[in-house]
Amino acid sequence: MAQKRVLMKGNEVIAEAAIRAGCRNYFGYPITPQTEVMHYMAKKMVQVGGNFVQAESEVAAINMVYGAAAAGFRVMTSSSSPGISLKQEGISYIAGAELPAVVVNIVRAGPGLGGIQPAQGDYFQATKGGGHGDYRNIVIAPASVQELYELVVEAFNLADKYRMTCMIIGDGTLGQMMEPVAFRDEEPVETIEKPWAACGRKGDSFHHTVTSIYIDPDVLEKKNLELQDKYKIVEANEVRYEAINMEDAEIVITAFSTCSRISRNVIRQAAELGIKVGMIRPITLWPFPYKAIAEAADMPSVKAFLDVELNAGQMIEDVRLGANGKKPVYFHGRLGGNLPMQKEILDKIVAIHEGKITEGGNF
Amino acid sequence: MAVVFEPTKGLTDKPFHYCPGCCHGIIHRLVAETLVANDALETAVGVASVGCTYNSYEYIACDMVQAAHGRAPAVATGIKRNLKDSFVFTYQGDGDLASIGTAEIVHAAARSENITVIFVNNAVYGMTSGQMAPTTLVGQVTTTSPWGRDPSYQGYPINVSEFLSNLAGAAYIERVCVTDFKNIQNAKRAIQKAYNVQKNKLGFSLVEVLSTCPTNWGKEPLAAMDWLKENMEKQYPLGCYKGADITFDAEGNYVSGAIPATANNCVNVGEVKK
Repeated sequence: MAQKRVLMKGNEVIAEAAIRAGCRNYFGYPITPQTEVMHYMAKKMVQVGGNFVQAESEVAAINMVYGAAAAGFRVMTSSSSPGISLKQEGISYIAGAELPAVVVNIVRAGPGLGGIQPAQGDYFQATKGGGHGDYRNIVIAPASVQELYELVVEAFNLADKYRMTCMIIGDGTLGQMMEPVAFRDEEPVETIEKPWAACGRKGDSFHHTVTSIYIDPDVLEKKNLELQDKYKIVEANEVRYEAINMEDAEIVITAFSTCSRISRNVIRQAAELGIKVGMIRPITLWPFPYKAIAEAADMPSVKAFLDVELNAGQMIEDVRLGANGKKPVYFHGRLGGNLPMQKEILDKIVAIHEGKITEGGNF
Repeated sequence: MAVVFEPTKGLTDKPFHYCPGCCHGIIHRLVAETLVANDALETAVGVASVGCTYNSYEYIACDMVQAAHGRAPAVATGIKRNLKDSFVFTYQGDGDLASIGTAEIVHAAARSENITVIFVNNAVYGMTSGQMAPTTLVGQVTTTSPWGRDPSYQGYPINVSEFLSNLAGAAYIERVCVTDFKNIQNAKRAIQKAYNVQKNKLGFSLVEVLSTCPTNWGKEPLAAMDWLKENMEKQYPLGCYKGADITFDAEGNYVSGAIPATANNCVNVGEVKK
């Protein structure tokens, strides 16, 4: 059935998708370039009978998320890089207390206050921890407004299923971009039982407690091992990526979100020059598609990887782990809020093809 | 034989870890008794904070959520906004509330969150071994003010009840202590009043309870009670700072008194599937 398509901004679609996913709690603090999420929520959340609170800080916002999640309700916050840094305390507690939450990071360039233009410099922070302690977040990187919609809905299901933070990571380009989006008539919302929720005993013989503190080292080690077991299940079940033009590919671009959009056109341009370029686009940054990279590295046709990012080279470390030294991994990155031109990437592909640059690459 | 006293069902059987002479035991019991007296044990949700009371979630028998240092009012906001008909309270010390958590407590009061804060002020960081707190008295010796708190070097104590009572969103704020039977009864009355304020959706309520820390004050339990009466009450006078004229009938329903216009800022989002 042909669905009606509407032209919407990425940030607004994030908010709309959350409401469609049954989220009735949004707590946030203003920061560019994600403010439209908050503006949309301020109006729409009240109209659908949900909670919208403009918190006094990012720290307070993530702790309101912690409270609503502890009581068993679907909840989201959104921010951009400096604000996400402030939320790391709460994200660590959410991991320790095993609460479901959706956190959106529309990344801007850093470090520090940095700038407000698009970047991917928060890859390490998002995928390798961010806050204190041994924990993981599911990290999802949509590449279009349509995908933002579908994956935000999915993020709520994953957060509930695994009782952990599901982080949607985009950048100013994706958040500010207007694209057609086709909404489903009915969302695939999974209602998961939450017997652990602290929303009143209501006849239970015990009181529900939500906590992340375990003073006894043996108990805390056991808790940590349980978390690690859970993360292994997520790694086994939830890896998502897109493989593009991989058949007989000579050079494999690895890129996520905005960089994958730019690189798509480069594939066609390279073909015109007689160079077969494919792409592996991780959709989940954690769990990372190591196996897909490893299989590409084993392909006889593949000569090299070219990792393209809006940072100084962060995801490239995971690409190298996947490639495991079998094929060289080159890099092209832009910093400070700049985007690579298609020609920059194409030039690098030609140089790799002609054996004119060394591994690791430059900017 | 007639039963004249028995443990409240509002507390679990887990033995307290508090030091002898510490007031937390009494204050926990008053909160627990209030929950039972109002038939709220099955519906209430409490928020434990960081400090000596980090573990209060194991002692108080209603549902409990343990919060990060200073963040309990934000966590309680997230809970209460979804459970508007449940009694939601935080239990916080003075380091938690008046130092690292100042932003959260001020804004919870400013928004007139319909929550109740039990604020236990013992003028010192207890759990981390007696450092100077924002509430430490001028001249008071602590492990980080070893020659006594010197205002020219370490500034002045913060009077939380007084400054929060200036916020329009605060409905009821009272300071009490639990040093003797009369004051314990008065503290219980104050906690019940805060309960009524929340039940009637009148807005933010806070009961500040002056407390002892014999271990870190270096005093015997009874001497600590005397020190509290003689020194803390000078800096922190007992009394009602906001909402003194709010009255309730015998069933706890609001009758009269000035209240914030803002209250009832929560919605019922729906039931959690258990």
